[in-house]
Amino acid sequence: MKNREQKKANGKRAHVRIMLWSLLLIAVGAMVAPLGGYLFVEIAEAQSFEQTNPRSETTWRDVRVGNEGITTVRGDETGVLIQNGGENWRQLRNGIVAAIMPWVMGIALVGISLVYFIGGKHKLDEKPSGRVVPRWKLWERVLHWSTATMFILLSITGLSLLFGRAVMIPLLGPEGFAAYAGVAMMTHNYVGPFFTACVALMALAWTWHNIPNRTDLAWFKAGGGFLKGKHPSAGRMNGGEKVWFWFIVLVGGAVCVSGVVMNFPIWGQTREMMQQANLVHAVAAILWIGLFFGHAYIGTLGTEGAIDGMKTGYVSVEWAKQHHDLWYEEVKDQEIDASEIGLESGVAVRQDRPASTG
Amino acid sequence: MARMKFLCDAERCIECNACVTACKNENEVPWGVNRRRVVTLNDGVPGEKSISVACMHCTDAPCAAVCPVDCFYTTDDGIVLHDKDLCIGCGYCFYACPFGAPQYPQQEAFGVRGKMDKCTFCAGGPTEDLADAEYAKYGANRVAEGKLPACAEMCSTKALLAGDGDMVADIYRERIMRRSGRPQTWGWDKAYGGGV
Repeated sequence: MKNREQKKANGKRAHVRIMLWSLLLIAVGAMVAPLGGYLFVEIAEAQSFEQTNPRSETTWRDVRVGNEGITTVRGDETGVLIQNGGENWRQLRNGIVAAIMPWVMGIALVGISLVYFIGGKHKLDEKPSGRVVPRWKLWERVLHWSTATMFILLSITGLSLLFGRAVMIPLLGPEGFAAYAGVAMMTHNYVGPFFTACVALMALAWTWHNIPNRTDLAWFKAGGGFLKGKHPSAGRMNGGEKVWFWFIVLVGGAVCVSGVVMNFPIWGQTREMMQQANLVHAVAAILWIGLFFGHAYIGTLGTEGAIDGMKTGYVSVEWAKQHHDLWYEEVKDQEIDASEIGLESGVAVRQDRPASTG
Repeated sequence: MARMKFLCDAERCIECNACVTACKNENEVPWGVNRRRVVTLNDGVPGEKSISVACMHCTDAPCAAVCPVDCFYTTDDGIVLHDKDLCIGCGYCFYACPFGAPQYPQQEAFGVRGKMDKCTFCAGGPTEDLADAEYAKYGANRVAEGKLPACAEMCSTKALLAGDGDMVADIYRERIMRRSGRPQTWGWDKAYGGGV
């Protein structure tokens, strides 16, 4: 009997022991098992995600440098997701170009004013006798004035597109300026190619007269006659005119080419090309406008008698001797009296022919 | 105030072009104008990714900065819109845009492009809300009706998200947490100056 009770007690103790151990196991298991999720994620991340969904190390880097993908949308560069050049173009155009280039024009105008008010007009030394020599043929004058008219038209419309937002919207209002800008852009775009053709024609027609030579060197050394005193020798074109000519061929050429690139977006130009063309166009064109101010001043107000050549085709003999002495020697056999060819304007036929300034 | 943003989840986009179709249908855009397009990278090789892209409605929009007639404006919801009555079709916004969003009905000699057209976030334009004139010029104004852009609403895999930037970011962040991997908030750096 006692033995039986002993056995029963032992069995009960074993039962409690098993129960306690089970509880402990359950408690530990309950704490550890959820952590298995982390292990699973680790394994999943290490294997399956990269295996089922691989990612090129460089995919997004490629996108950022503008590499192309494929797309069903037709067109140039439609496969490019990010085009970075635009931001650079924006910074350069709105920053450096818009901030510095107006100064070029301003400085040119101030310089010309200083020359005019301090140096004064470049007058004829001798009183015109009424004799003239031919300087520019009719087709040359037509070419010059066509180009000049278009140049001024393009300058005004072009500057309007670059600075109009800052300068003209406050004056005209957004609607007024937009209406003007639409016409200005159309004018600029349609006149541009004809202007380009005229510039090319001028370059071809007048290259021969503008080959630099030794005379030009002496001309520059003498300061082009701007300093009072003796006038340096010059052929048909003096050093200054040659500089203007070659400036037009090179810088003006850049303006024309870059303009054509932007004006005909039908040859598959990339946006990068357009951005670069726009910057070249703006910078070169404003430099051109700056030098044009000088050209226009010297040809009209600055030099007495200079405008006659481009206006009537003839210049007074006195002007020719003073400014282009070597050329005068070549053409003096064509000398003629102004009244014989019916000249109506110019220093040679003016009633109040200028007296010598001594 | 909400700050509207687009986000395309490259892990979900299956290049079905439904967003493109939805956009064309919703806005009746002219032939040749694609306000939205899907670009596939590494096409046909493991790791192929597709992205649906349209105007991202940038915080400091380059298009607006270079526009000669200043025709762009940003709405209170952060949506970048433009006034077609002012636009002269010069193409500068197209030069400046990082995402190729500006579209033109024409592209001809002598710089003839016609007035620029782009994604409006289905928010119409400066004309009177929901007027016929607005629809003809700018397409649908779903935002005025309290809806989100058609492209994102139509997206079968919900890869393309549109709406308030914070909510879009929350949804995307939750996805990243669930599926692991790094967030690829494509285009956000460029458009908004930061990711999720």
